[in-house]
Amino acid sequence: MKLVTAVVRPERVQQVKEALFQAGISGITLSRVSGHGGEQEIVEHYRGTRVMVEFRDKVEFRMAVSEPFVQLAVDAIVRGARTGEVGDGKIFVQPLERVVRIRTAEEGHAALTPVNETRLNPEGGQ
Amino acid sequence: MSRWWLAVFLSGSAFAQTGGQTARIDTGDTAFMLVAAALVMLMAPGLAIFYGGLVRASSVLNTMMMSFAAMGIAAVAWIAVGYSLAFGPGGNALIGGLSQAGLAGTLSGVTGTLPTPLFVIFQLLFAVITLAVVSGSVVERMRFPAFVLFGTIWVLVVYAPLAHWVWSTDGWLFKLGLLDFAGGTVVEVASGVSGLVAALVLGPRFGFPRYVSIPHNVPLVLLGTGLLWFGWLGFNAGSALAANGIAAISLLNTNAAAAAALLVWMLWETVRTGKPTAVGAATGAVVGLVAITPGCGFVTPGAALLIGAVASTVSYFLVANKHRLFPDDALDVFACHGVAGIVGTLLTGILATPLVNPLGNGLIAGNPHQVIVQMIGILGAAALAAGGTFLSLKIVGLVMPLRMTEKEEIGGVDLSSHQEEGYETESPLGAPVFIAGD
Repeated sequence: MKLVTAVVRPERVQQVKEALFQAGISGITLSRVSGHGGEQEIVEHYRGTRVMVEFRDKVEFRMAVSEPFVQLAVDAIVRGARTGEVGDGKIFVQPLERVVRIRTAEEGHAALTPVNETRLNPEGGQ
Repeated sequence: MSRWWLAVFLSGSAFAQTGGQTARIDTGDTAFMLVAAALVMLMAPGLAIFYGGLVRASSVLNTMMMSFAAMGIAAVAWIAVGYSLAFGPGGNALIGGLSQAGLAGTLSGVTGTLPTPLFVIFQLLFAVITLAVVSGSVVERMRFPAFVLFGTIWVLVVYAPLAHWVWSTDGWLFKLGLLDFAGGTVVEVASGVSGLVAALVLGPRFGFPRYVSIPHNVPLVLLGTGLLWFGWLGFNAGSALAANGIAAISLLNTNAAAAAALLVWMLWETVRTGKPTAVGAATGAVVGLVAITPGCGFVTPGAALLIGAVASTVSYFLVANKHRLFPDDALDVFACHGVAGIVGTLLTGILATPLVNPLGNGLIAGNPHQVIVQMIGILGAAALAAGGTFLSLKIVGLVMPLRMTEKEEIGGVDLSSHQEEGYETESPLGAPVFIAGD
């Protein structure tokens, strides 16, 4: 099991979401975050004050996935989030020790699989 | 109209009541002035909204509360002694007498063609808006109780004497022949210079100039500007103190100058930084309204357009360089009100024409001396505002600290000053629970 964290452009959230759903990944947590990558700062003007905004708004996707889905998730995020410009974001993959579904106390892979989803791997086998 | 008539129109002194002629209340003038007074009242909340939008979200309430506090402070101080100090009989060239403290003996009086109480409330609301404007210099760092005490003293030490100088028949600037139709010196120069001095005395906000407080709600800025513009029509046209042609020209000129200044500010922004901004458009409009205030009843609409354009240009370049020129005058009170007031007062001395108002002869009407008089008026107003503000703040400083601590300032001005927030940002993570009634 891995925890996949992706920081992407807010305007690409829609595309990333669709790509993940198509890959069969539906358990996703989103947060609004801001940060600094390598992109140029934004300059704004307010009544004689020129302001440099040094942190950009981004959206962070987090998902816990079983091994067979890790590469699928990464590919889906890259497909959805890439514009080719500086500032497209980053993906981090970390090992995950335990996952518990609160409703049933299921653990591990059983807790990762969505209720209406029976596929345990991308090929569709049991 | 002779100067003597102006004296009757522009003074709240007992002159009209005891001057020997039978004063008559005019119903049309009275009806118009009741509405004009109500319009001036709306300027203070309008300014609160304008200022509130210009500061960060965590200071919005404290900033707006200062303007609202002015609605209380100046009103009470005016009724108690302010009016008497400004327009009461028995004074001298520098200050009115105290015989009308508490508005004693004014209630059945007649001022010009108006019931004296109407003149009192109209002038009272001028004091309110002027104090509210001053607050823009000190937001985000001045302690609220210190502002309340300062405002009370300021109205009596700076505003009332200046109103006496310029608008009472006993005042020395009035006698000198200063042309100030609606408060270019009394309201604008006074608030601008007072704000600048207050900003100097208090010192800058934390992290100035590197850390900036940028506007948190630009739609509020535009809404406030609209309300100010609307109220300003009553402020300037009402300064005719009568429902007549001069009032009509004043209203037309006020709108013209605001329009020209709005466009010119956007033009300069486009030329210098590429895009016109909403905050810039709003600022330009306010600058135009300020600049036409002293001259609105003396100049032609064409001259009003020129006054708006010139003031907008001067203020734009001062604001663009404010970090090098001024202390931390938070909302640019000096650059926008003070300087535009000075520009407007000077241009009134140049552009006033008897074609509009027989009382106003400027340079173009063959009276170069008027420009000198206007300069004296500006310097006098600035000197009183600077000295009076410094004195008021020193007095307050003896009683209580003027500034918040760094912790209070950084931790959120609204929370530390009022124990409330303008916007519920914590919900639902804050999980508020009921503990007791107040």
